[in-house]
Amino acid sequence: MKQTPSQTVGPFYSLGLTQKTTNLLASDTTQGEKIRIVGCVFDGDGKSVPDAMVEIWQANAYGRYNHPDDKQEKPLDPDFLGWGRSGTDKAGVFSFETVKPGPVPGPDRSVQAPHINVTVFARGMLVHAYTRIYFGDEPANETDPVLSSIKDKDRRQTLIATREEKNGKLVYRFDIRLQGENETVFFDM
Amino acid sequence: MEIKPYNPRDWKSHPPYRFEGYTSSMKRAPLRRLVKMKQTLSEITGPLFGPEAVQPGDTDLTRNAGTDGEAMGERVIIVGRVLDEDQRPVPNTLIEIWQANAAGRYHHEVDQHRAPLDPNFIGAGRCMTNEQGEYRFLTVKPGPYPWLNHPNAWRPSHIHLSLFGPAFVTRLVTQFFFPGDPLIPLDPILLSVPNKRGRERLIASYAHDVTEPEWALGYRFDIVLRGRQQTPFEVNGR
Repeated sequence: MKQTPSQTVGPFYSLGLTQKTTNLLASDTTQGEKIRIVGCVFDGDGKSVPDAMVEIWQANAYGRYNHPDDKQEKPLDPDFLGWGRSGTDKAGVFSFETVKPGPVPGPDRSVQAPHINVTVFARGMLVHAYTRIYFGDEPANETDPVLSSIKDKDRRQTLIATREEKNGKLVYRFDIRLQGENETVFFDM
Repeated sequence: MEIKPYNPRDWKSHPPYRFEGYTSSMKRAPLRRLVKMKQTLSEITGPLFGPEAVQPGDTDLTRNAGTDGEAMGERVIIVGRVLDEDQRPVPNTLIEIWQANAAGRYHHEVDQHRAPLDPNFIGAGRCMTNEQGEYRFLTVKPGPYPWLNHPNAWRPSHIHLSLFGPAFVTRLVTQFFFPGDPLIPLDPILLSVPNKRGRERLIASYAHDVTEPEWALGYRFDIVLRGRQQTPFEVNGR
């Protein structure tokens, strides 16, 4: 059988997609370092995109995914699914409250640096785009197999969130550029 | 630990990011070559939602507006199966749908089409597939509506669907159309699908066996997500 073709979420996706979902992944009892992810989605003219939607999927603070195919002997955190969804606001901004994920296994016995898996949707996007958020202050980025596979340093940089501290809170800034100069690296996988 | 990857995206079935007929794709399409990535644990896992994600009434859009009233329009029953490329059912996966009302207007502040809103219709629903991968919604047939893509542009009647499947890479957002709609061959969003067979797969079929006498017409729309490769590879993982 052939895959059902993808279509855009259109301008009215919030009706069906963001009323009953949340961008708050972490609760008071979630284990790990609390972080906020914030960013803006930009189009090819550098204009912010007010009708985009971003979803994230991540491991918990120990580096374990809440999924039966993750058979690592690391603890599961009952308070953490690891998934969230954020529509962009009028200024094109999305945000998530979560915890920093731990490292997870990669191909050929490598270890992947802590990262968050990202799916981007928007009016005007016929197919969603896959990208990743890495953390700017993370030494393990140097040896991450996926980052290392991107030869161009400037392109690699589009996957790195920058650390900021705001009112004592740990914030990582991650902008998504759909097109043009500094276009975000999107994956085919 | 073993990693069994999913099949790659079938780019003969999916639209390109950039499709000239669909104006708003032009500045929002990534133009750089996608970076090929071998699937890892991050890609073969994904959110799985429990039964609590669907509340009673979520599958009946004719009565889920929180009023006591019933939506106006032509009542329709939508059924289908979620399968993978090897025809295996995808059980217990969340489907979210949204749509315009019978007059072709969305319950959404951005929609300014001069058609009436229906106080008894929100146009959003949720369903979890059963063990056979089957789903079922009761709703009203959405109306066509104008949009600004090109002069005298109208979207054919359609219902949006969002699905997760078992992994991060099986995610799909799509929409389906109703058979015989004269606007179908004119719709740039459907025409973005690169081949005729793919476009036909987005058109539901009339299902007389689903139609209920004295009540509602039935339509069937099956959805196919990525299949899974059977040869695993090993990764480090304690």
